Amino acid sequence: MMEDFNSETDSDYTSYWRDWFISSRGNEYFCEIDEEYLTDRFNLTGLNTEVPYYQYALDLVTDVFDLDADDDLREQIEKSARHLYGLVHARYIVTTRGLAKMVDKYKKGDFGKCPRVMCEGQPLLPMGQHDIPNMSTVRLYCPKCEDLYNPKSSRHASIDGAYFGASFPSMLFQVYPGLVPEKSTSRYEPRIYGFRVHAAAALARWQDQYRDDMKTRLRDAGMEVKYVEDEEV
Amino acid sequence: MSSSEGAPESWISSFCSLMGHEFFAEVSEDFIEDDFNLTGLQSQVPMYKEALEMILDVEPEDEEDEEEEEEEDEDEDEILGDEKPPGYRRAGDRRHARVASDLSVIESSAELLYGLIHQRYITSRPGIQQMLEKYEMQHFGVCPRVYCNGCKVLPVGRSDTPGQETVKLFCPSCQDLYTPPNSRFHSVDGAFFGTTFGCLFFMTFPDLDIGPRLDNSLVSPTRSSSANNQVSPDVPPAHQLVEINGVRTANFCPGLGLGKIYEARIYGFRVSERSRTGPRMKWLRMKPTDVEELDEMARYEAARKEADNDGDTEMGVAPAGGAQNSAIAKRKKAPMRRRRYNPDQMSINGAEAG
Repeated sequence: MMEDFNSETDSDYTSYWRDWFISSRGNEYFCEIDEEYLTDRFNLTGLNTEVPYYQYALDLVTDVFDLDADDDLREQIEKSARHLYGLVHARYIVTTRGLAKMVDKYKKGDFGKCPRVMCEGQPLLPMGQHDIPNMSTVRLYCPKCEDLYNPKSSRHASIDGAYFGASFPSMLFQVYPGLVPEKSTSRYEPRIYGFRVHAAAALARWQDQYRDDMKTRLRDAGMEVKYVEDEEV
Repeated sequence: MSSSEGAPESWISSFCSLMGHEFFAEVSEDFIEDDFNLTGLQSQVPMYKEALEMILDVEPEDEEDEEEEEEEDEDEDEILGDEKPPGYRRAGDRRHARVASDLSVIESSAELLYGLIHQRYITSRPGIQQMLEKYEMQHFGVCPRVYCNGCKVLPVGRSDTPGQETVKLFCPSCQDLYTPPNSRFHSVDGAFFGTTFGCLFFMTFPDLDIGPRLDNSLVSPTRSSSANNQVSPDVPPAHQLVEINGVRTANFCPGLGLGKIYEARIYGFRVSERSRTGPRMKWLRMKPTDVEELDEMARYEAARKEADNDGDTEMGVAPAGGAQNSAIAKRKKAPMRRRRYNPDQMSINGAEAG
């Protein structure tokens, strides 16, 4: 990538930076941010203090970069551009257009499948545990078991969680409630020679009670909670 | 420990070093040579005898005096006729036995047989010890769940019958099952590890630390003192109990409970339970803050005592305390019962090698 920049002069540099960015290995979780979104300064409020070489980085991302910089500076600007793109990305994916793009990727399974056996390959969504950069890496949210998992590939494990944000999955399902998968009460029962183990079974009974309490509470509030198993009975 | 003498690389060690076979322990030849450990496998594995020979690397010898054996076998054949089990390869076919296609059939039979022996071996004393070494070296990977904090996992099966499901990973921290991240394990049969191994392993090694790697807060200073002291008026709070239902409290699902559950938020605000898309699965990762709530016997006793004293007006708080005390006394006995039970179980498995 850096070689490309070094060998090419600015004038014949035609490939779009964003195209290159989202198609490069390890960036599969990102969607492409619209040109209009990026050029609206309102959407970038506050990012100038967060990103070094902010203006150059923005120019690079929007393909209007024409500074004759040396390799070191260029590399730093390149790094800033990636950081800027990530931070804008977190804002973009909770907009209507951004959500639609991420829903497409979700349906294609671009973010992987839930590793939990009982979730039966439920597609995941990327998110961060923090909205502030450099706090934690990206996590994967499973809407079926409502839990967080680490990406299995190391090339995704280093992505900053702030590039997706902590609100994204919840926002997505608020906007697309039809996409919420059916929840299941099935769980793994540890057994020894076919016999359930007391400690695990006692906890399971307690958890079932907890779930029933929630159902009762919500029924009193006029809401019916359904699990896959409820419908079969 | 289990390396074979003689050949520089035995069938077993070459099998275990194959890509995707990293989870397997090397079953000791002593274990395989004990017929008791192989009970019932003959009917499950086609070409059982050849497969067993292949696993034990006795084939070359066999080939040397094949001629002789064949004659004998032929005689036997006439006498025994059809009585032999269908899986048994008859001597007549043996003349063409070393054809490549046959070899591959034997090879796959040997893999099946090895897997089934392996399922039994890892619940035996030497086998489980070998798996402990592999576990501690993190050969099986870590739990993908964020709140389990990289807890080491164990390979298990969901069925003891081969050909049903592939191997899964059991996390002791959240008591859940996960698919191995690497696709090369997606073709390994889960029955080769079995349903019993996962739980038996953590019951065999109850002191194995499965808690968060860098968290010391779980080790409470009063733990040791509360273990030995007879029940005194200052009963320690429940979360300091050493054991609950036969499991050390510190090792009882450390990845579950309040604070270890994902809380859906939008711009910092929690999504309400009453929302259509609100949380519905918290129960799955929930654990009582007070583990004593899981002591069902004690709770039952306490409830019964309270019912007995129902008419008694002056006994307000005291009976509940008494019930609690007796419950705690009971709990003290529980670990001893468990420890006596375990060794028995292990020798039943045919663990004693030699």
